[in-house]
Amino acid sequence: MKRIAFLSVLVAGLFALLPVFAGDFYINLGSQIMIAAVFALSFNLLVGYAGLTSLGQAAFLGLAAYLSAWLTTRAGLGHGSAALLSILGTILVAAGFGLIALRASGLGFLMITLALSQVLWGLAYRWVSVTNGDNGMTRLSRPQPLGISIDSAASFYWFALIVTLVSFILIAIFVRSAFGDSVTGTRDQSRRMSALGYNVWMIRWITFIYAGFWGGIAGLLYVYYNKYIHPTSLSITTSAEGILGVIAGGSGTLVGPIIGAALVTFLKNYVSSYLERWNMLLGFVFLIIVVVMPDGIVPGLHRLQAMWRARK
Amino acid sequence: MNASNVYALETIGLCKQFGGLPATQDVSIKVRPGERRLLLGPNGAGKTTIFNLITGDRPPDSGRIRLFGEDVTNLPTHQRAHRGMSRTYQIITLFPHDTLEHNVTLGLLALRSSRWNIFRPTSKDIHDEARRVLSLVGLEHLADRPIAEIAYGEKRRVEIAMALAQKPKLLLLDEPLAGLSSAERKSIKSLVASIPRETTILMIEHDMDTALDLAESITLLHYGKIIVEGTRQEVISDQRAREVYLGH
Amino acid sequence: MQFWIIQSLNSLALGGLLFLLASGFSLIFGLMRIANLTHGAFFMLGAYFGASALRSYPWLNFWIAAIGSGLAVAAMGGVLERLVLRRLSEKPLGQVLVTLGISFIISDACLVVWGGDPIPVSTPALMRAPTFLFGFAFPTYRLVLVGLAVVAAVALYALLDWTRLGAMIRAGVDDMQMTRAVGIRISRLFTAVFCLGAGIAGMGGVLGGPILSAYPGLDADMLPLALIVVILGGVGSLVGAFIGSFLIGFIYTFGSALFPDLAYVILFLPMIIVIAFRPQGLFGRRPA
Repeated sequence: MKRIAFLSVLVAGLFALLPVFAGDFYINLGSQIMIAAVFALSFNLLVGYAGLTSLGQAAFLGLAAYLSAWLTTRAGLGHGSAALLSILGTILVAAGFGLIALRASGLGFLMITLALSQVLWGLAYRWVSVTNGDNGMTRLSRPQPLGISIDSAASFYWFALIVTLVSFILIAIFVRSAFGDSVTGTRDQSRRMSALGYNVWMIRWITFIYAGFWGGIAGLLYVYYNKYIHPTSLSITTSAEGILGVIAGGSGTLVGPIIGAALVTFLKNYVSSYLERWNMLLGFVFLIIVVVMPDGIVPGLHRLQAMWRARK
Repeated sequence: MNASNVYALETIGLCKQFGGLPATQDVSIKVRPGERRLLLGPNGAGKTTIFNLITGDRPPDSGRIRLFGEDVTNLPTHQRAHRGMSRTYQIITLFPHDTLEHNVTLGLLALRSSRWNIFRPTSKDIHDEARRVLSLVGLEHLADRPIAEIAYGEKRRVEIAMALAQKPKLLLLDEPLAGLSSAERKSIKSLVASIPRETTILMIEHDMDTALDLAESITLLHYGKIIVEGTRQEVISDQRAREVYLGH
Repeated sequence: MQFWIIQSLNSLALGGLLFLLASGFSLIFGLMRIANLTHGAFFMLGAYFGASALRSYPWLNFWIAAIGSGLAVAAMGGVLERLVLRRLSEKPLGQVLVTLGISFIISDACLVVWGGDPIPVSTPALMRAPTFLFGFAFPTYRLVLVGLAVVAAVALYALLDWTRLGAMIRAGVDDMQMTRAVGIRISRLFTAVFCLGAGIAGMGGVLGGPILSAYPGLDADMLPLALIVVILGGVGSLVGAFIGSFLIGFIYTFGSALFPDLAYVILFLPMIIVIAFRPQGLFGRRPA
């Protein structure tokens, strides 16, 4: 664990140098990658470690974002208390959603998480008096952690980098803890785990809430970065991008989702500058990854390499 | 209730139907502490169903289950494990990509409160204990190999080791000899024979010959009903037992 | 009083549409254990096919357009099942993600082909005049829609209960291993059911046209409704899909009319309540 912490701080230190060499475009891209990374890490807790495939993590991203936006603009709260209350609210909703979704498992769980997050999405669209509907909530501000402004691209980038580093380390600790061992156990043999004495439902529920927590953190980063929030943040497309990052990078590992999230963000930015067909491309990428490289890009490339060699 | 009257396991009138088909019909078993009881019967006799009812995998339609005097009929499976019940499965349900040591560690961790610790990794003493358990079954040399890489007979030994690691008061063995070569059977049999009397054993087997050595008393089942019960000698010489097996 | 009557009819009409959507989804999930997230897109695709056909060829009979769209969508569903889903038969998660990806592709393609403006579908000429019952004027088409849903329900029920295909489907839903063991050609069965489900959804899209039109985002609006109906009614249960559809139709219509902002929340309350007490839904055999 100490090794992971050391290496990740080192890597983060390297990435911190980016604003020295690159212009605002790439710095902002870096910030977007980090938001996507935290989101993908939260997704991976469920998909990769608990073996619970959810399609509704966007609910927590969007919920925290909307709560923060509403609390700072309509309720006049400062960013510190707004952030705290937003995350608290997100955790409570995650607990509630978990209670419902965990009545089923496998595909039923997936459908319920999808239905629940779509409900929040629909709520964001319709409850115009609170959320401003399709117009979204604009002209939001960024917080000033410890009095330091994060309005510039570089300063926000460093802020996001620190948050991402902390989230990575905390998630790594969780995954490698004794509890983490029980989580992966329920993924592999849930019946056996019950027979051994583990409360499988409780393990899953706690993990679900924890994943919701980190989804909320990603949501706060998201709303601070964009200074704007729109119902699309709660959409299935957002969840799809998140889960794509996880399966593209390789689920069940700590670093895989980060790499996958980076790839998806790159792809999205690249495509947006040339075409408007991101959704279609997202669909095709899903197809290709799932059919050709279901374990993720890294193992998939190894396999392609082996197949190519076998041809010769 | 006098302590010496408490049965390790008592089932009272257990009944279970699956879609109209009776799988278990009014099964009442009494197993004394330290006993080695064999649940015998041809395939389809409902032996695994009874196990599933005892462990809580499935709820009975009617009937009660008592573990050392305590009514556990409505207790969820994981809590029965905490009351001293352990089981092995007919089909290997180990964690295939994890090492042998990790598998046994999970078994040990299950009953400790440290399993809820979200900060600290599983403590070293649990890992050490896991290795000790593996050495008791002669598998310490494979401790760091993933389950998927070891032989079938060795996997069976890991299953039993995992269950024994929890020092259960009641051990349920579901066809522990299935699919093993005769040499492997011998080693499993001696392993089971060496289990201390603090652990009561209830075992399922459908092959009469191989299992008889391990059992002191036998409950013979057919179509979910108890046909004959008694000591080894009594059951073997019983006419009904021969009828049950004659058709097979 | 007028309000309640009209909303009730709207509820029934919506329920009927939902049944056309959800019955296919439930069958596919029940038999093939595939949560077909493309289902909303099938509905939308059918709507677009029908709407654009009727717009380009105004002489075209509405019902022919509906059936034709249904067949076209059924064919596409068959291609999807044979080329892609069958390859992933051991990976239910992969299947779901693929259907999700395909839904994105279809919805974006519809945007490209038909643009961002909704395409209205005119009510068939014979049904434009209102029907007078009990002194009230009812939009005739909605009455017809309810009738069609009942006909579809009866037809599906007949299919499942009286035909050999239906018997195979029921066997597969109940016990897949046994069905395979008995020697039934599962792969053909799967393709047939997937086409059937997709086709009904596609036809439903056109039949819903006079009420909903064809517009971008129709798939995203319909899919969660289908999910909620199936989760509430029970996976693989036709009765569950029927009752669930009309239950949701009523709750959604009245909810939207009385509490427009919170209609979506009201929508999922019955699902939560049902799941809390019966995880397998009202009529399901086992939990989803």
